[in-house]
Amino acid sequence: MLLAQTRAQIVSYVRIPAFSLTSLALPVVFYTFFGLPNAGKHFADGTSVGLYLMCSFGAYAVSSVMVFSFGIGVATARGQKIDLLQRATPLPPGVAILASVFNALLFALIALLVLIAFVVLAGGVRFPVQTGLQVVGLLLLGALPLIGLGMTIGYSAGPNAAPAVANLVYLPMAFASGMFVPVADLPDFIQKVARYLPTYHYAQLAYTPIKHADEPLGWALSWSAVWALILFSLAVRAYRRDQQRKFS
Amino acid sequence: MVELIAAHKSYRTVEALRGVDIAIQPGGVVAMLGPNGAGKTTSINLMLGLRKPTSGQALLFGLDPGHRRARSRSGVMLQESGVNGALKVRELVDLFRTYYPDPMPAERALALAGLEEQAGVQSAKLSGGQRQRLYYALAVCGDPELLFLDEPTVGMDVESRRSFLAGIKEFAAAGRTIVLTTHYLEEADELAERVIVIDRGLVIADASPREIKSRVAGKRVSFTSDHALQERELAGLPYSSLEIDGRRVRMLSNQPEGLLREVFRRGLAVHDLEVAGADLEEAFVTLTSRQPAPAVP
Repeated sequence: MLLAQTRAQIVSYVRIPAFSLTSLALPVVFYTFFGLPNAGKHFADGTSVGLYLMCSFGAYAVSSVMVFSFGIGVATARGQKIDLLQRATPLPPGVAILASVFNALLFALIALLVLIAFVVLAGGVRFPVQTGLQVVGLLLLGALPLIGLGMTIGYSAGPNAAPAVANLVYLPMAFASGMFVPVADLPDFIQKVARYLPTYHYAQLAYTPIKHADEPLGWALSWSAVWALILFSLAVRAYRRDQQRKFS
Repeated sequence: MVELIAAHKSYRTVEALRGVDIAIQPGGVVAMLGPNGAGKTTSINLMLGLRKPTSGQALLFGLDPGHRRARSRSGVMLQESGVNGALKVRELVDLFRTYYPDPMPAERALALAGLEEQAGVQSAKLSGGQRQRLYYALAVCGDPELLFLDEPTVGMDVESRRSFLAGIKEFAAAGRTIVLTTHYLEEADELAERVIVIDRGLVIADASPREIKSRVAGKRVSFTSDHALQERELAGLPYSSLEIDGRRVRMLSNQPEGLLREVFRRGLAVHDLEVAGADLEEAFVTLTSRQPAPAVP
């Protein structure tokens, strides 16, 4: 059941290129603009700028899959009343949600692999395989709070508003957290705010394997856990309110 | 199999059900008949556990209707629902089959719904009638003992409606129980052995279609006379409701032939004679002995 539900999710995701292609292509496009010109340079501490930006856009790639696939995906399903019929079947709601998580993780992984391949082939950036694996692993593991954020949006916003809300909430957060431009180059007050954002600590996870993080791994993980807790309780509240309205 | 016990349901200011008792035994087709807004869909939603009664109780296979074991034994076609538009008909049927412990072959579900030719079509590209049939295929694919169909033929043309009703009969003939709502008396008559009439949140009749039909006015007889008629001129005629508007007369009756015979015998002048099937709203006037609802402008 879980397998079939996951497969159905993947098939339908693939068939909506506006989702699937965008999530694969955008990180590469951004890397072309921001990363390629600097791919060969190094920071003062010797870290490759090309590698650093791969981690940044990797964080962007995974987090946008999470925020958009859940934010817009859930809101659209609600708008089309897909949840209504599903609710009347024996399918446990948890299985449907888990299938969406697996689907999002799979696409996030593909987006990461595409980006990494592009960075290696087009940017000529070299790094140990183990470093690459660590970056991928931490980014997928640390995505939990972002799933919470996506679900909160998906269960509170309507299907028409969801894309706007998701962009409005997520894009400034991604920018402020240094996914496009290093945090150190951002205005002072944004730097101060950034330290509290879930996306900031998420990006820090990705910088840990390349030894360019502002904070220790344990610290970034703790922040992520706290944010996961906050965002999931918000998501559960939005979910309950939605269910209450429809099914009580 | 399904039971509503003294079920009340209120939505904010609206009292949708005002104490409904229904018990449905295995086998056969039960139609819930009533005008729009009567409480049919609310009743079905309570039976399915999609809504909770404000007071009273709903049981499905003796369990809480939300229970997975109860849901595994029933299939549903809702009035308002959707499916993933990017998936093809066959893919959706196969997906829904995995929800049930003992599903029927996908081919059989597609055949029952008459969708064999559309199996490879993405559901978003189906026509309204085909979409209804897809919902039917999804409702039966788990081979449920009990099937709920909420206004299944809405939006279907005459042809697909006929073949659809045949599909329902075929499924019922296999020993399944079907509960369906409709606001067509003929549909209830054609399919069901038992008709539960719901109006304004109450069960007002629960009997065989034959009996229901004998109790509701079947025809509307109207004509224009050459003078303004008095009610006493029509006294004793077999009508159940009478409206006189100057020279125009409207009557609801189960025996239009006898009624007209008597009109002619009394020598009343009759012009512009019309005999038409009473619509359900009119039929209910006799069953509920209430005034006809004012026409919505």
